[in-house]
Amino acid sequence: MTVMQHIWIVLGVLFVFLNIAAGLIWVERRLLALWQDRLGPNRAGPLGLFIVLADTLKLFFKEDWIPPFADKWVFILAPAIVVASVLMGLAIIPFAPGIVVADLNVGLMFFLAMSSLGVYSIVLGGWASNNKYSLLGALRGASQMIAYEVFMGLSLMGVVMLSKSFNLGDIVAAQKDMWFIVTQPVGFVIFFIAGLAETHRLPFDIPEAESELIAGFHSEYSGMKFGMFFIGEYLGISLISAMTVTLFFGGWLGPAFLPPVVWFFLKTFFFIGIFILMRASLPRPRYDQLMGYGWKLLLPLVLLNLLVTGAIALWLKS
Amino acid sequence: MSLVFYISSFIAILSTIMVITRYQPIHALLYLVVSFLALAVTFLSLGAPFAAALQVIVYAGAIVVLFIFVVMMLNLGKQTAQQEKEWLQLRAWLGPSILSLVLLAEMAVLLLQDDPTGMPAAVVTPKQVSLSLYGEYIIAVELVGFLLMTGIVGAAHIGKHKKKSLHRFLQTYPNLN
Amino acid sequence: MISHLRTMWLVFRHLFMKKATIQYPEEKVPLYPRWRGRIVLTKDPDGGERCVGCYLCAAACPVDCIALQATENEEGRRYPEFFRINFSRCIFCGYCEEACPTYAIQLIPDFEMAEYKRQDLVYEKEDLLINSEGKYPGYNFYNVAGLDAGVKEKGKGKDEETPVDIKSLLP
Repeated sequence: MTVMQHIWIVLGVLFVFLNIAAGLIWVERRLLALWQDRLGPNRAGPLGLFIVLADTLKLFFKEDWIPPFADKWVFILAPAIVVASVLMGLAIIPFAPGIVVADLNVGLMFFLAMSSLGVYSIVLGGWASNNKYSLLGALRGASQMIAYEVFMGLSLMGVVMLSKSFNLGDIVAAQKDMWFIVTQPVGFVIFFIAGLAETHRLPFDIPEAESELIAGFHSEYSGMKFGMFFIGEYLGISLISAMTVTLFFGGWLGPAFLPPVVWFFLKTFFFIGIFILMRASLPRPRYDQLMGYGWKLLLPLVLLNLLVTGAIALWLKS
Repeated sequence: MSLVFYISSFIAILSTIMVITRYQPIHALLYLVVSFLALAVTFLSLGAPFAAALQVIVYAGAIVVLFIFVVMMLNLGKQTAQQEKEWLQLRAWLGPSILSLVLLAEMAVLLLQDDPTGMPAAVVTPKQVSLSLYGEYIIAVELVGFLLMTGIVGAAHIGKHKKKSLHRFLQTYPNLN
Repeated sequence: MISHLRTMWLVFRHLFMKKATIQYPEEKVPLYPRWRGRIVLTKDPDGGERCVGCYLCAAACPVDCIALQATENEEGRRYPEFFRINFSRCIFCGYCEEACPTYAIQLIPDFEMAEYKRQDLVYEKEDLLINSEGKYPGYNFYNVAGLDAGVKEKGKGKDEETPVDIKSLLP
């Protein structure tokens, strides 16, 4: 692969995913509205698509206020971290054979590392705002994301055992005969739940629970800094959906009448839809319920899944 | 690859110095994160991607977050920064810095040797790491497992709810916790 | 877990259900005849004003948004010299309609009266008066009142006895 090709792939991935993140503003609002028997934004432009433009312009022209009591540099740094870490995570996803930004042999570990760095945006944003609601949001976010990172990593180890590789391209190739959702259903469920918690989306949006913490860690943010958190959240949804597809639903694999990239994005959009459907339908658990659910139910379950997967893999080998 | 190594190790040293000299604890921890990330890149340049990823996941992603968590809970203000400023005096940092200078000199000597032993070119794959962990060093892994188990049991014991003494008004619903 | 999936499925089915949204400017809201909206002053079938300037509406108004001044024409018929409703204070409670003895003041199903300036919400008599009989077509107060105000002569009204001739001794 030449350098030029590589640069085109990087730019393409950036372009596609930033546009998906922006477009999700519209998708989410329309879908939520439809599921609540409303119509949603349908005035600006065809099907209301220009709401994306309107929202972006609004965010750009809003006053970008830094509170005098905030820690200025950390306050500015926090929203940058969330977008950067998620975009880095997108680098290892194979969209089609050969179309991948960084074909690392520890790709899965890289993804976990980047998603674990995403915690800093919440923690630092909440701390730098110097506001008690933000701080509470940051505390909740930190403990929730550290806890669920553990299950996320462990739930993926079953996949690694079966495909015998950390490289995502190899993992997709290993699903040629059978998607891992068939052999790793428990791993999939736990990964998806952990992904919800990791992107702090509803129903696990405890760090920003607006009915109790105003907006949690981003209470003090306005203008494009808030926009960065916003975009980071949507990018996070896309990342987790893309990872779910890659790890459990055969990535680009699919019947040959559509090109691999199309299959990949069709599956990804399906999971983005599930994310939004969960937001529309499920209530938010209490903080201690969430933590108890994680440590008391998901952790034993994921360890059991790992044990059984390992045993069966050994049994099949011998 | 050696240029990457030198740049990242320089960043690691610089950010570690910043960790020591910051008065504001959160800023110090931020530099600590940068230091860990630089260390991860150093591992990567030495051909150990697995160790690099673990460095980021475990140290930068979890442990420093817990540090920040604790510092946030302590609600340290300007007074603490002032206190830190007073503590950071010559006699406090002279000893450690002399010792680390000795280490630096040793490393310089090693690097400037005609036949440098470091910098292996081969990449260590995750498979090799796990094979050596569960083959050669199985006893060490088991011992570490025991140690971690002790930690978990201790944490569970500390975190266990004590016998509750509820007010009589609240005892109507014994399952409400 | 199962209940969560069931919830999600039930919510998903709403995608294909009828939407509650009314696309407002294009699609009007269905309003019922007794809906209490904009206040109007109605007219008699013969085109005269119904309002007799009795001040009962102004007295009944809980927010004091009605102001009027009664006067009389040469035929002895009372009418308001000015009639002013401040719609920025009006709460559309309908007490004025209930208090009105001549069915002159009525609340009609219309709410599209937003203005950019507050002063524009003060409606004068010419804004309030409509060329219609409102909810009580055919009703004329002076047809049933014992008063000659140019509509009918005294004693000629419905169920009205002829007036007693006070200069006569006959029973």
